[in-house]
Amino acid sequence: MGRYIARRLLLTIPVLIGASFLIFAMVYALPGDPIRALGGDRPLAPAVVAQLRDQFNLDDPLLIQYVKYVGDLLQGDFGTDFRGREVLDTIEQRLPVTVKLTVVAIVFEAVIGIIAGVLAGIRRNGFLDNLVLVSSTIVVSVPILVLAFVSQFVLGVKFGWFPIAGINDGWYSFLLPGLVLAAGSLAYVARLTRTSVAENLRADYVRTARAKGLRNRDVVIRHTLRNSLIPVVTFIGADIGTLMGGAIVTETVFNLPGIGRAIFDSVQAQEGAVVVGIVTLMVFFFIFFNLVVDVLYAVLDPRIRYD
Amino acid sequence: MYVKLGKRSAALIATGLSGALVLSACGGSDDDSGSGGGSADGGSFSIYIGEPENPLVPSNTTESEGHQVISSLWTGLIEYAQDGAVEYTGVAESIESEDNTTWTVTLKDGWTFHDGTPVTAQSFVDAWNWGAYSPNAQGASYFFSNIQGYEDLQAPTDDAGNVTGDPAATEMSGLKVVDEQTFTVTLASAFAQFPVTVGYSAFYPLPEAFFDDPEAFGTRPIGNGPFQADEDFVPGQGFTVSKFDDYAGEQPAQADTVDFRVYADLNTGLNDVEAGNLDVLPDMPPDALASAEDTFGDRFIEAPSSGFQYLGFPTYDERFADKRVRQALSMAIDRQSIADAIFFGGRTPATSVIAPVVDGQRDDACQYCSLDVERANQLLDEAGFDRSQPIELWFNAGAGHDAWVEAVGNQLRENLGVEFALRGDLDFAEYLPLGDEKGFTGPFRLGWSMDYPSPQNYLEPLFSTSALPPAGSNSAFYSNPQFDQLVAQANAASSNEEAVKLYQQAEDLLLEDMPIIPMFFEVEQALRSENVSDVVIDVFGDIDVARVVVNS
Repeated sequence: MGRYIARRLLLTIPVLIGASFLIFAMVYALPGDPIRALGGDRPLAPAVVAQLRDQFNLDDPLLIQYVKYVGDLLQGDFGTDFRGREVLDTIEQRLPVTVKLTVVAIVFEAVIGIIAGVLAGIRRNGFLDNLVLVSSTIVVSVPILVLAFVSQFVLGVKFGWFPIAGINDGWYSFLLPGLVLAAGSLAYVARLTRTSVAENLRADYVRTARAKGLRNRDVVIRHTLRNSLIPVVTFIGADIGTLMGGAIVTETVFNLPGIGRAIFDSVQAQEGAVVVGIVTLMVFFFIFFNLVVDVLYAVLDPRIRYD
Repeated sequence: MYVKLGKRSAALIATGLSGALVLSACGGSDDDSGSGGGSADGGSFSIYIGEPENPLVPSNTTESEGHQVISSLWTGLIEYAQDGAVEYTGVAESIESEDNTTWTVTLKDGWTFHDGTPVTAQSFVDAWNWGAYSPNAQGASYFFSNIQGYEDLQAPTDDAGNVTGDPAATEMSGLKVVDEQTFTVTLASAFAQFPVTVGYSAFYPLPEAFFDDPEAFGTRPIGNGPFQADEDFVPGQGFTVSKFDDYAGEQPAQADTVDFRVYADLNTGLNDVEAGNLDVLPDMPPDALASAEDTFGDRFIEAPSSGFQYLGFPTYDERFADKRVRQALSMAIDRQSIADAIFFGGRTPATSVIAPVVDGQRDDACQYCSLDVERANQLLDEAGFDRSQPIELWFNAGAGHDAWVEAVGNQLRENLGVEFALRGDLDFAEYLPLGDEKGFTGPFRLGWSMDYPSPQNYLEPLFSTSALPPAGSNSAFYSNPQFDQLVAQANAASSNEEAVKLYQQAEDLLLEDMPIIPMFFEVEQALRSENVSDVVIDVFGDIDVARVVVNS
């Protein structure tokens, strides 16, 4: 197992280099002049423009810019944005916000999703099953934007149950946005679990377990659930990566200064260093969580071995 | 000139949101809770800001959000009344000149920075030199360009625009400290309205502490204004400032503390006001405007703005080279109906190129700015305009300009029988350089808001020959020696009245040539909670935070 993990970690190096270069090239290829846009309706003084272009290597060809960037990166320098702010500071400030939001969302997604899925799977076509089916269909089909605004308005403004913006109330601030962010995936997890559980309940080993006279609870929890969770864990693992970088809408509506918004803003401002710094970090997280998922397989299903 | 951030940054998301937002507009009820409640007498309140673009250094703050913060932490040499008139309620006792070229600035006694050090002549001179020195790359450095010796502070560049060395000097020869309370400013050319300009944030003084560590200063600025920063500004979140007890100005802070909260979206801010968590929203989401007055009553505040929206003509394009064509197009547009239908009163029709908040503005300056279909068609025929080709209308993408530009197109089609095509798919980063390279093929949208309430600020930077791109903002590439001369005469006028008169003559000339179609003046809109009163919008469109009173 140890060797397997080491090999997988080594593999991340070429992936990171490739990904960062691709992203760098994409930002480079964006049309327009970011320095000109900085000035807005009134252009900056010519010597200031020259100074900024020089400072951010904007006049170098793509490859040279990239090499300079990586060179700084290897010395631990993530560079600065056009405002002179360290990219590392930005990440330090924003990552905890996004991590909290993701944790809340994943907890909702896993706990509620799996419980609903199991209950629905055990009694197929029963009342609970139909309830889960209908409610998950509704949640999946409503765009997250609408969900975010409706819940913010109803639960936050009208009833005043939740803070609706900012992060001043600790974890409480993240409850509503976390739920909104989790909604779509939650419905998906519920359905995935339901199908998986229902299928496994008809499997031979379950019949054997029942024939041995095991209690229904043990059959479901110890035998069926563990096996049924493999596709669910795969999905949730991949979802962590997606939620971390893709929560732009939720972060904007609930005014959470997280990573998603930082990426959005810096793409708009064509700030290559910021985009590459953050996205490369996201790629790393994505790879890491996929590795965790793969390792979890072995825990869930003893038949899977990596050595 | 500063860029309005709020509208742009939220734009992409806003397009999708608008449907959902109607919901948020109908929330009326609110409790009198409000922000965290300070214990001292003045109380505390919270105010919405968008993310400032730059560190909080006056000479690098050229957009509205940072300006709101900076202006509460500093007081400049002079201040402006609600009608744009200069008031000597700031640091300057007097700003005088015999020849409009060499100005003597005398400071009042008793002004100190938040760190206790005195505000002296040196504080201004050092700040201006630092702001103008090109290696410091300050966004507002061009404000110092009419001071003698500015050129020596600009680094030399080669033909490709690369910096090739250090500037020749670090101090402008035009700035001289006479004594602790006095300094002189020698301009490169005469400018009668110089005192009007120095209230702008780029001209704020800096304490010695700034030069020790400009970077740290940018997150915790030290000014001389009614409020002081006690903590670092956190990007994406904001900070809390408190009343400066030793403030020497005439309008000390009413509240004890102000919480500047950074938001990404106006609609969230509006919801937060309605939920009782936010006290001042200095801008309104467009979707909420239609019902704002009914819903919010006197909590909804309006004030004239310096914002000016126009459609420029590519005068370099043969099709629009004849001024009769430009006059005709302008007369084919019913501005009022667009303002009513699309902006719900958030814009007023422009009848001059100078905004209403400026001393010297005239409501009837433009004779080609009201709807006159018959005359428009007549002029178009006289000019021999080819009506078979569509007129291309340009605007920058994702900033909420689609609707009104399309309305303009519809009116041109209806009133002049010319088809139109919308060219609104370029971001600012592409749109602006295209304009600088004479790339527009039809009328193009641009905006302007003032740096200081002088007619000059709406004329010289936008229409003079010296402001041709890429150095300036004259995107219409208008060049008229007579206009340049009138502006120069006005700049050198012996009195303010004479200057204003000459600027008006220059404006008349401009509005005969019509290199642009004046479209709208913006209207500042703000919302307050029940928790605060005396929410006043100043000439720059900022909330005057010092005057806000927290209701106990």
